[in-house]
Amino acid sequence: MNRTALRFALYLSIIALGIAAPFIVPGIRTQLSFLWIMIVFALTWDILGGQMGYNSFGNVLFFGVGMYACVLIQQHSGLSYFPALFVGIAAGGLVAVAFAALLGWGILGLRGHYFAIGTLGLGIAAAEFASGWDLIGAGSGLVTPLYPGAVGGRETFFYFPCFILAIVTFLSLRRLYRGRFRLAINAIRDDEDKAEAMGLHTTLYKTVAWCIAAFFLGLAGPLVGNLIGFIDPRDVAFASSSYGVWMLLMAILGGKGTLWGPVIGAVVFHITQELFWTYLLGWQRVALGLLVMLIVIFFPTGIVGWVRERWPERFGQRVDEQAQRTADQ
Amino acid sequence: MDNLLILFNAPILSVQLLIDGLLVGAVFALVAYGMALVWGVMNIINIAQGEFVMLGGYVAYYLYRAGIHPLFAIPVAAVLLFILGWALYRSVIYRVVDRDLFTSILATFGLGILLQQLANQLFGADVHIVPSGLHTWTLFGGMVTIAQIKVIACVFALLIGIALIWFLKRSRMGQAIRATAQNARAARIMGVDTTQVYATTFGLNAAICGAAGALVAMIWIIQPYLGLPFTARSFMIVVVAGVGNIGAVFLAGLGLGVAEEFAGFTLGAQFQTAFVFALLVVILVWRRIRLARQRRYLS
Repeated sequence: MNRTALRFALYLSIIALGIAAPFIVPGIRTQLSFLWIMIVFALTWDILGGQMGYNSFGNVLFFGVGMYACVLIQQHSGLSYFPALFVGIAAGGLVAVAFAALLGWGILGLRGHYFAIGTLGLGIAAAEFASGWDLIGAGSGLVTPLYPGAVGGRETFFYFPCFILAIVTFLSLRRLYRGRFRLAINAIRDDEDKAEAMGLHTTLYKTVAWCIAAFFLGLAGPLVGNLIGFIDPRDVAFASSSYGVWMLLMAILGGKGTLWGPVIGAVVFHITQELFWTYLLGWQRVALGLLVMLIVIFFPTGIVGWVRERWPERFGQRVDEQAQRTADQ
Repeated sequence: MDNLLILFNAPILSVQLLIDGLLVGAVFALVAYGMALVWGVMNIINIAQGEFVMLGGYVAYYLYRAGIHPLFAIPVAAVLLFILGWALYRSVIYRVVDRDLFTSILATFGLGILLQQLANQLFGADVHIVPSGLHTWTLFGGMVTIAQIKVIACVFALLIGIALIWFLKRSRMGQAIRATAQNARAARIMGVDTTQVYATTFGLNAAICGAAGALVAMIWIIQPYLGLPFTARSFMIVVVAGVGNIGAVFLAGLGLGVAEEFAGFTLGAQFQTAFVFALLVVILVWRRIRLARQRRYLS
């Protein structure tokens, strides 16, 4: 069996498993929905953080903006549940893109650590504004409309959009990373001035990359909001200290700058979290801080990066064994 | 908007806000000076800066609980935080000193979460106050009140700042710190133990933050989550003032204090934190637009 067939089989089995999962193990379908959302988180963070070298602490902003847009439409549009939900999700994605385009004009001109801290400020400012603004529920948050179907049907219903979103995000990025786009954003990561001197419209590429990340996050927001059923500005929508940190943690854990890295990181992190987090009894966030520190200091290449260093020949890099031996001696 | 009208109708209130802002701004400037020190010498932006402030505040709180007047907590907090900063450098920070900036930002970000959540677990999430037992002066027939503790805090912040400048200018270690800031490699060649210098600098920064934290506990409140706003404040002060300019840091700190008091009053107290972070973003964007005109960027 050649590689293409193997890869095709892998994708098919993931899709088959994804569709069958809520029926095989219905008890954990909410956790599984979150697994797919985590994959979206890590993948979208990696567009800027890994591929473009713009490490953002504030991507959770788009997630929250999308969530608020959708729930406000659901509450005030007067449509019945499913059309309102559909319009709301679409609006969530569009509003997030609009935010990204507007903010990108100002923020993306910042480089390196200024960008990192600027986006950190952005995420927290959004949370604080949302929790002070009475029109969108202020600190007490918003409640999503009641799911009209049977009890327990909501979790199954929302599992599939999450699953589809993760697959679509993955495939879109896979397609995107094949072409000129990836070369351009990698060039920006490696040396932005040189990239600009070579005639790349760096600002355009940066904004487009941010908008893509924002779009998928803006779609993920409404799903999570409806899945949880309650929107708290600080802990659900603009949750910098949980989702915001997880995003970059998962992408770095899996291996930033690779396509599969964030996926693997998200799966590993989410499973670890679901299995062990409850035993920590309130010490979860302490563990999270420790984990961020340890991974950044001791494991910056991530899982995929480590595998690549360990077995470079599997990834099409030729290793001169004689030179290796000489080097070892 | 209603509050803005009040401000117009009773201009004396703005004197109140101005004085409060100036007094509080001195404490902001102190914390920012610590950040500028670490940034200039070690080329690290310490996101855990505000967490040191928070820990200093808890030192003051527990000393107060033990029956000691919180003003004596200032040196105690400084010494304890110096030891903590030193230990953190020796265990964590030395691994990221010569790595790229983002690694150090992420590592100190993780450290910040760690300290914040540890404080949350160990001390509880409750908001505490540390009463200093001092009085308030009233001016203009009760329209303007000045808490004595705020004046004392401002004076202490100034004294600590002056002591620090003296230390950096005169002492042997201070000279070594400045030499390392100019050129770490050359300093090493000249026989400066840069590891020691880095550890001292980081400890010194933590000590400054600890002292500032004790002041903050007395003039405001103390709770585990007050760290990040302080990090944001110091960062924007340093961005506006520049890393090596102590006078500008002080002025920018005062300016931020005043701006924050006025914003808190006109927008409402619930938006004060939002204002701090939004101002951070606005300042960064404004700086970059100014620089972009000259085809330069913030770095």
